[in-house]
Amino acid sequence: MGDWMTVTDPESKTISQYTSETKMSPSSLYSQQVLCSSIPLSKNVHSFFSAFCTEDNIEQSISYLDQELTTFGFPSLYEESKGKETKRELNIVAVLNCMNELLVLQRKNLLAQENVETQNLKLGSDMDHLQSCYSKLKEQLETSRREMIGLQERDRQLQCKNRNLHQLLKNEKDEVQKLQNIIASRATQYNHDMKRKEREYNKLKERLHQLVMNKKDKKIAMDILNYVGRADGKRGSWRTGKTEARNEDEMYKILLNDYEYRQKQILMENAELKKVLQQMKKEMISLLSPQKKKPRERVDDSTGTVISDVEEDAGELSRESMWDLSCETVREQLTNSIRKQWRILKSHVEKLDNQVSKVHLEGFNDEDVISRQDHEQETEKLELEIQQCKEMIKTQQQLLQQLATAYDDDTTSLLRDCYLLEEKERLKEEWSLFKEQKKNFERERRSFTEAAIRLGLERKAFEEERASWLKQQFLNMTTFDHQNSENVKLFSAFSGSSDWDNLIVHSRQPQKKPHSVSNGSPVCMSKLTKSLPASPSTSDFCQTRSCISEHSSINVLNITAEEIKPNQVGGECTNQKWSVASRPGSQEGCYSGCSLSYTNSHVEKDDLP
Amino acid sequence: MNFSEVFKLSSLLCKFSPDGKYLASCVQYRLVVRDVNTLQILQLYTCLDQIQHIEWSADSLFILCAMYKRGLVQVWSLEQPEWHCKIDEGSAGLVASCWSPDGRHILNTTEFHLRITVWSLCTKSVSYIKYPKACLQGITFTRDGRYMALAERRDCKDYVSIFVCSDWQLLRHFDTDTQDLTGIEWAPNGCVLAVWDTCLEYKILLYSLDGRLLSTYSAYEWSLGIKSVAWSPSSQFLAVGSYDGKVRILNHVTWKMITEFGHPAAINDPKIVVYKEAEKSPQLGLGCLSFPPPRAGAGPLPSSESKYEIASVPVSLQTLKPVTDRANPKIGIGMLAFSPDSYFLATRNDNIPNAVWVWDIQKLRLFAVLEQLSPVRAFQWDPQQPRLAICTGGSRLYLWSPAGCMSVQVPGEVLSLCWHLSGDSMALLSKDHFCLCFLETEAVVGTACRQLGGHT
Repeated sequence: MGDWMTVTDPESKTISQYTSETKMSPSSLYSQQVLCSSIPLSKNVHSFFSAFCTEDNIEQSISYLDQELTTFGFPSLYEESKGKETKRELNIVAVLNCMNELLVLQRKNLLAQENVETQNLKLGSDMDHLQSCYSKLKEQLETSRREMIGLQERDRQLQCKNRNLHQLLKNEKDEVQKLQNIIASRATQYNHDMKRKEREYNKLKERLHQLVMNKKDKKIAMDILNYVGRADGKRGSWRTGKTEARNEDEMYKILLNDYEYRQKQILMENAELKKVLQQMKKEMISLLSPQKKKPRERVDDSTGTVISDVEEDAGELSRESMWDLSCETVREQLTNSIRKQWRILKSHVEKLDNQVSKVHLEGFNDEDVISRQDHEQETEKLELEIQQCKEMIKTQQQLLQQLATAYDDDTTSLLRDCYLLEEKERLKEEWSLFKEQKKNFERERRSFTEAAIRLGLERKAFEEERASWLKQQFLNMTTFDHQNSENVKLFSAFSGSSDWDNLIVHSRQPQKKPHSVSNGSPVCMSKLTKSLPASPSTSDFCQTRSCISEHSSINVLNITAEEIKPNQVGGECTNQKWSVASRPGSQEGCYSGCSLSYTNSHVEKDDLP
Repeated sequence: MNFSEVFKLSSLLCKFSPDGKYLASCVQYRLVVRDVNTLQILQLYTCLDQIQHIEWSADSLFILCAMYKRGLVQVWSLEQPEWHCKIDEGSAGLVASCWSPDGRHILNTTEFHLRITVWSLCTKSVSYIKYPKACLQGITFTRDGRYMALAERRDCKDYVSIFVCSDWQLLRHFDTDTQDLTGIEWAPNGCVLAVWDTCLEYKILLYSLDGRLLSTYSAYEWSLGIKSVAWSPSSQFLAVGSYDGKVRILNHVTWKMITEFGHPAAINDPKIVVYKEAEKSPQLGLGCLSFPPPRAGAGPLPSSESKYEIASVPVSLQTLKPVTDRANPKIGIGMLAFSPDSYFLATRNDNIPNAVWVWDIQKLRLFAVLEQLSPVRAFQWDPQQPRLAICTGGSRLYLWSPAGCMSVQVPGEVLSLCWHLSGDSMALLSKDHFCLCFLETEAVVGTACRQLGGHT
């Protein structure tokens, strides 16, 4: 019991605190009640509790609870009994405290349970995840294992193949060897056979020779009118030992000459090469010597010695005799000195390269600017000079002219001729220039006319649009009002410039809509006809003529019509009328006014008959 | 370019005299000698049979006409038309006949190469040389006419004999280290003799005039070897064309190879100008149909005209697949020729028969390639300047010079051509006709070439 007490001591304290609190504020008690009531206890639980405790067994249940609670470490529900016999009193405070404690515990437990559950869930999902991972990895492992096996298999196969190929190669090599052997044996056999055959052949030849040549063939002969002299005019000489010796001599002479010639060539080549070498050496020395003076202080000893060597060499080289020595004696000296110089040159060039790169890295602009200034100055100077020269020429010309006038006629005419020629030249140039300009103008003109055509087309389109719009308007109007006079009024009010056209348009509309529509304005019409050289039908002509007969463009149409059908059914009165009508109009004017396309088409049509 | 009228000709026998004054041509059994300038017939000789070979003597005084079938040689003099000479080889037969360089001796090779008979026109003396070898090029004279080298075969071994031409004395006689000697050729300076072996083995030997072996060169083994050999006119280079489609250039100092020129079918180097002959059918516009129609007698209207186009690299040339199981397969360098100034080398690879390759010898690299529409039959350098004339057996003549190249429509189908030594004209030989072609002066040709070729 004492043990237990020590354990529960802090709890009792808290309880006491609790009790004091409750004592202190009934409101808090109330709140606790609220709290208690707020704990959601299902009816089930109520009923369970009610089932546990009935009217009859309060005592037992209390004692049971007390027992249970004490075993769980709660203070007893009963008041401390003074005597063992006395019936223990139920301590309400304790009960309430216990209840409260239980509830707190319950809540804690619930919270803990929740936590545990969520953790459990988490762990479960983790577990799932891990399991899936595991299975995946297992699969991977399996596949890689399979792959490995496959690769191993392939490797094995390749190795097998390789081995086979090796074997094949070996076989082939063997085959090649064998074939080579065969070839060799065949060759020997062939050679042998050849030799045998040749021997036979030779024997036969020999025999033939004997048969043919020795049997004094009468036929073998030369039939010649008379012997001719030798080309060199000499007589043939007998063959003797002397001639033999002479021949030998001559042969050796020829050979000697050849060798001498070659030697000379080689000597010349050598001399030239030597000269080049000498020159190069001199240049090198001259190149390297001024540079050594400055950097002598900073140049280390080794190069200094080299330079002194160079000086020595230069001294040596000045002696021309050295070059005439045979190569062997001078070779070492020569090669050494050249090598040294070469090294110096190389280092020098490298240094220069470095400097150059540095310079490149540094300011590059300054130089540029300076050069530009120089350039400008130079150009100015040059221009001035040119000016001066020109003036000089002018004065000279004037002088010449004066002189020329002073001279007699011949010279003047000559001079004039000269000048005329010059003039002619100039005029020619000008002429060519002029021609070019003309060509340019022509081109511009062409482009201009093309542009005009385009404009006309556009205008036509616009007019069409306008006409259609007008038509619509008109139709709209007519739907309301069918009287023509009103329409006329409306359109006369529409625009000032094309009053007359509109009038015509509307008078014509019922007859031929599209055509009259296209006749938006006379200018447009002319453009249109120009740009569309296709021959219009006669009915069109009639209309156009009647509608805008004053306009010159109609002439164009008439002309085309005339050209298209010349002499064709001359009796037709309409045609004749047209031709009459066309005459007053100036054809030339029409042509010149026409666009290129028109003239072309016209010419083509002209050609047809 | 102008052309003479067309003359009759048989078996492509037409030759300029060495002095360039005369032109000899054969029509069946007649020999016609014309003046080169006027083309008038100067002499007309009648032989005993159809002429198979003609040759001018070096002094242009005599002409030799060989009738191999009859074993006969007839010699005619230009100065004395009544002079005649007939050599009958009788039953020994005749397979080859040639002049000695002095123009007073005739060398006749009997049938089966039993011997060579040296007939003299000056004396009654007749010399015999036994054991001449039956090979492609067994006799060669030095340029100065002093010496003759002759390939011989004795006891299954090859020998070379060097004779002094003036008295036919044997100067040197030495065996050559060859399996089956095929050709010999003097260098133009007459001091070195090139000797090459059969095509079964790539081997070329160089002998001095005194019979010393100077050098031996072999590029490879086990394959078909040398097909053609040419000395440069300066004697500085020896070009060796072989069956592997390469030309190897040997130098005259060490006799080592300087460079080798391959002849691949594909040309990738943009520096090389490839002239491709292109056929253009004439555009039959209205302007072309001139009113009096071309004379019927003027020969067939050329169905198309050809011209050269500069092909853009890479170019692949037409190749011929050789039949390898036949003898003398059409592969390798079959034709080689140095220009007279030794600056250019023209070659033909036999399995690219339509192309002529021109190599720059100074820079040792390919200079230009001309691809014709049909296989090249022959080419020859102008003796005066680097200008190459090519014929393909068609009715066109092709000219190349470093300035460019052009093709010219010519009368007749040109099977062979030969330059006059002045370089102003050439004879174009067809099957039974020939004509002379006169070239314009250099300047005109130059401009024409520039217009056509456009290559600088």
